[in-house]
Amino acid sequence: MKTDQSTVTLEINGMHCASCVAAVENALATTPGVQKAAVNLASEKATIAFAPQRVNVEMLKTAIANAGYSATEIKHDTNRAAQAEATETRKHAEYDALKHRFVVAALLAVVIMLLSMTMLFPSVEHFFHEMLGMQALNYVLLALTLPVLLYSGREYYVSAYNSFLHRAATMDTLIAVGTGAAFAYSVVVTVAPALFEQHGIRAEVYYDTTATIIALILLGKVLEARAKGQTSAAIKKLVGLQAKTARILVGGQENEIAIDQVVVGNVVVVRPGEKIATDGEILEGVSSVDESMLTGESFPIEKTQGMAVFGGTVNKTGRFTFRATKVGSDTVLAQIVRLVEEAQGSKAPIQRLADKISGVFVPVVVVIAILTFVVWFNLMPADTRLPFALVNFVAVLIIACPCALGLATPTAIMVGTGKGAEHGILIRNAESLEKAHQISAILLDKTGTITKGEPTVTDFVPMDKTIPREQIIQIAVSLEKNSEHPLAAAIVHYGTREGTQLFPAQSFEAIEGKGAYGIVDGKRVAIGNAKLLATENIVPTSEATQAAERLIAEAKTTVFVAIDGRVVAVIAVADVVRETSREAVAALQALGIEVVMLTGDNQKTAEHIAAQVGITRVFADALPQGKINAVKQLQAEGKTVAMVGDGINDAPALAQADVGIAIGAGTDVAMEAASITLMRSDLRDVVKAVELSRQTMANIKQNLFFAFIYNVLGIPLAAGLLYPFTGWLLSPMIAAAAMAMSSVSVLTNALRLRSVKL
Amino acid sequence: MDTSQIFVTLTGIGLAAFVVWYFFFGKRETQSATLTNSGIQEVAVTVKGGYSPDVIEVVKDKPVRLKFYRDETSSCSEELVFGEFSLRRELPAYETTVIDILPTKAGTFEFTCGMNMLRGRLVVR
Repeated sequence: MKTDQSTVTLEINGMHCASCVAAVENALATTPGVQKAAVNLASEKATIAFAPQRVNVEMLKTAIANAGYSATEIKHDTNRAAQAEATETRKHAEYDALKHRFVVAALLAVVIMLLSMTMLFPSVEHFFHEMLGMQALNYVLLALTLPVLLYSGREYYVSAYNSFLHRAATMDTLIAVGTGAAFAYSVVVTVAPALFEQHGIRAEVYYDTTATIIALILLGKVLEARAKGQTSAAIKKLVGLQAKTARILVGGQENEIAIDQVVVGNVVVVRPGEKIATDGEILEGVSSVDESMLTGESFPIEKTQGMAVFGGTVNKTGRFTFRATKVGSDTVLAQIVRLVEEAQGSKAPIQRLADKISGVFVPVVVVIAILTFVVWFNLMPADTRLPFALVNFVAVLIIACPCALGLATPTAIMVGTGKGAEHGILIRNAESLEKAHQISAILLDKTGTITKGEPTVTDFVPMDKTIPREQIIQIAVSLEKNSEHPLAAAIVHYGTREGTQLFPAQSFEAIEGKGAYGIVDGKRVAIGNAKLLATENIVPTSEATQAAERLIAEAKTTVFVAIDGRVVAVIAVADVVRETSREAVAALQALGIEVVMLTGDNQKTAEHIAAQVGITRVFADALPQGKINAVKQLQAEGKTVAMVGDGINDAPALAQADVGIAIGAGTDVAMEAASITLMRSDLRDVVKAVELSRQTMANIKQNLFFAFIYNVLGIPLAAGLLYPFTGWLLSPMIAAAAMAMSSVSVLTNALRLRSVKL
Repeated sequence: MDTSQIFVTLTGIGLAAFVVWYFFFGKRETQSATLTNSGIQEVAVTVKGGYSPDVIEVVKDKPVRLKFYRDETSSCSEELVFGEFSLRRELPAYETTVIDILPTKAGTFEFTCGMNMLRGRLVVR
C-alpha cells in the first residue's frame, strides 16, 4: 500500500565534520514521522522523506536546532515565475531610467545644436557677438552640455574609468574618450580662446558634437534594450506557463495554496480549463489535456487514471485529481526551461573569431585613433591641423562598434533555440545547432522512427465463408486477451477497435515461438504460426497457405486462426510506417540530404519498408553495436552524419554521430546522448530542426558579415583615409548615429528568426 | 616638422605603446578559492568595469561557488558568460549572483561579459 510521503530539502548550517552529519541524521531519524534522512556534508543539505500527517517542516527544523545546528528550507525552483516577474520589473525600471537619460540628452542636444548653428549665419552671429560676445555664448553652451555629460552620459565615464583600473576596455571606453576629448578641447577654447587665436587657429567649440553623440548613443541603447527583451521571449513564455497556485485536497477539503508550497505526495484537484500545477499521476477522473505548450503536439491527449500529467499543461474537458510526483525544479517544464537556458548560454564555434576580435578590439581602435590624430596633425596646415586631427580622432572612436560583433551570434542563438523549444525541438547547445546545418546524411533507425515501433494488424483474410468475420474476430480476441505476446496485443487492439464483445477462454496455453490455444465459447481455438498448426495436426488449405506466403512476401508476420481443426482466417501483423514518414523523407532529400535507413530486420523486410517511404539506401541486419559502425561508415565517406533514434536503445550511435537526434522523447527530455531532442514522434520535426539550424546559421552569418564590414569600412572612413582622394570626412555625429544603429540592426535581424515558418 | 608636430608625434607614439602594453601585457590580479568547511571552494568577485579578482584558481572535482557582486549599473557588465559551463546569466546591479559549478577537468576557462570585452579566467588545477 502506498503511504503519503513528502520530501523536503533543508540547508544545514554549522556542520564541520562527519560526526556533525551523524548528529543531524540521528536527530532527524529519531523524530516521529521521518521515514528517511540523508545529510550531505559537501552540499550542506539534508534531504528528508517524511509523513506529512505526522510531522511538518517546522518540526524538522526544530529537531535540527535542538541538535545544535540551524536549518533553512530550500525552496525548489517553483517560484521561477515570481523571479521572472521581479527581473521584468527591474528591467522595466532600468529601461525607464535609460529613456529618461536619453530624453534629457536629446532635448539639450537640440538646444545646443540650434545655438551652435548660429555661427553659420553671419547676421545672427553678429547679433550674438554684439549682445554677449562669442566667449559668453560658449559659456552658455558649456552650461547646457554639462548635464548631458554628468547626468545622461555619466555612466560611460564611470564605467570607462572602472574598466581602465582593471586593464579592460569596453565600448564605454570609446564613448568616454571620444566625447571626453571633444569636450575637454571645447572647454579649453571657451576658457582661453587666445591660446588658439595667437597660433592662427579658429577658436571653435564642439559642444554640439559631444551632446549629440551621447544622445544618439543613448537612443541606440534604448532601442537595443527593447529588442534585447524580445530575444528571450521564448524562455519568458515557458516560465510563464507555470501555474501560480494549486488546489490540494486535505481531508476531503479543497485548499488553494501557492505553488511553492506543493510537495510530492499532495493530491491536487484540477477543473476543466485550468492549468495543471505540477507533474503527477492521475488518481481519479478522465479528461483530455492540451500539452502543446510542452511538446508541440497540437491534439489534446486523453488522460485516464494512472496516466502522467505535467505542470504547465492545460486541462480541457473533465475534472480529475492527481498525486504530485515531481515539484519545482524536477518538473518537466523546469527541465525544459533549464535545457533551453543552457543552450542559450552556450557558445557556437562560429563565434570564436568574433570573440578573438572583440577581445582586442577596443585597445586596437584606441591606437588607430591616436595614430589618426598624429598623421593628420602632421599633414594639415598649421591653422586647421588641431581641429581636423581632433574631429577625425573622435570619429574613429565613436564609429567603432564592438557591440555589434558581440551581439551577432548569441542573439541569433537565443532566438533560434527559443523558436525550437516552441515547436518541441530542444537543442542541447549552440554547437549542436551549428553542426545541424552541415548535415549531409541522416541515418534513421527504422523501428519507432520511420515506423510506429509497435506491431499493428494490417490484413485480416477470412478463409471460411460459413463463419461471419466479426465472429472470428470475437473468438480470436477472446483467446489472445490472455496472452502477453506483442502479436496477440496487436490482434486484441485491432479487435477491440471494432467494439467486440468477449467470451471467457478456458484451458488457455501459450507455447513460445508458436502461438496459443484454448477453449472459447465451447470451440477449440488455436492462433499461431505453421508450427502451431503442425502440433495441433491441422493442415491449412492451399488457399490459406498462399495468402500467408503473399503476406510474408510483403514483409509481414502472419498467424493462422484455427477453430475446431480448420483454418478460418489468416492475420498479418507488421510494424507500420507512420503517416508522416514519407513526407519527411522527401523533404529531407529535397534539402539535399542523403537519407539512409538502419534496422535489425533482414534485407528483404528492410528494403520493403524503405521503398514505402522513398529511401534507397539501407543498412539491414544491424545489431546494436552495428549501429555505431553504420554511423562511422557514413562518416568515413566524408559525410556529416545525423543519427535519429529513440535515444534509449541507440544512445552510443547517437553519441557517435555528428548530430544525435532523439525522437519521441515525449516528456522525457533529459536525453544525455542527444544533441537535439524532439518531443514528438514525427519525422517532420527532423526537417524542422535542420531548417531551423540552417536559418539560424544564415542569420548569424549575416550578422557577423554586417558587424565586420561595418567596422572594416567605417573605421578607415572615419580616419579620413578617403579625404585625400575624395574629400570625404565623417562627422562624429554621423558616426554616432551609425554606431547606435549598428547594434540595433544586428538585433533586429536576429529577431527576424522569430517569424521564420517551420 | 615644427616643434609641436614633433611633440604630438612622440606623445602619440608613446600613448599608443602605453595602450598596447597596459591592456595586453599587464599583470592580472589572481586569487585562489578558499575552501569552506563544507568542502565548497568559494570566491567573491566584484564586478565593476571588470572582475576583481579576474583570475580565480580552484582545484578540480570539488564544487565551486562564485559570488558575483555587480557594483555598477553600466550595461557592459550586465551579463556574465561562462561558455565552458553553458552559462549566460544576468547580473542585477548592486546584487550578488551566486553561480555554482563543478569543474571536472583541469584547464583555464574564460568568463566574460555578454560582449566579450571584460574577461576573467578560472584556472582549474
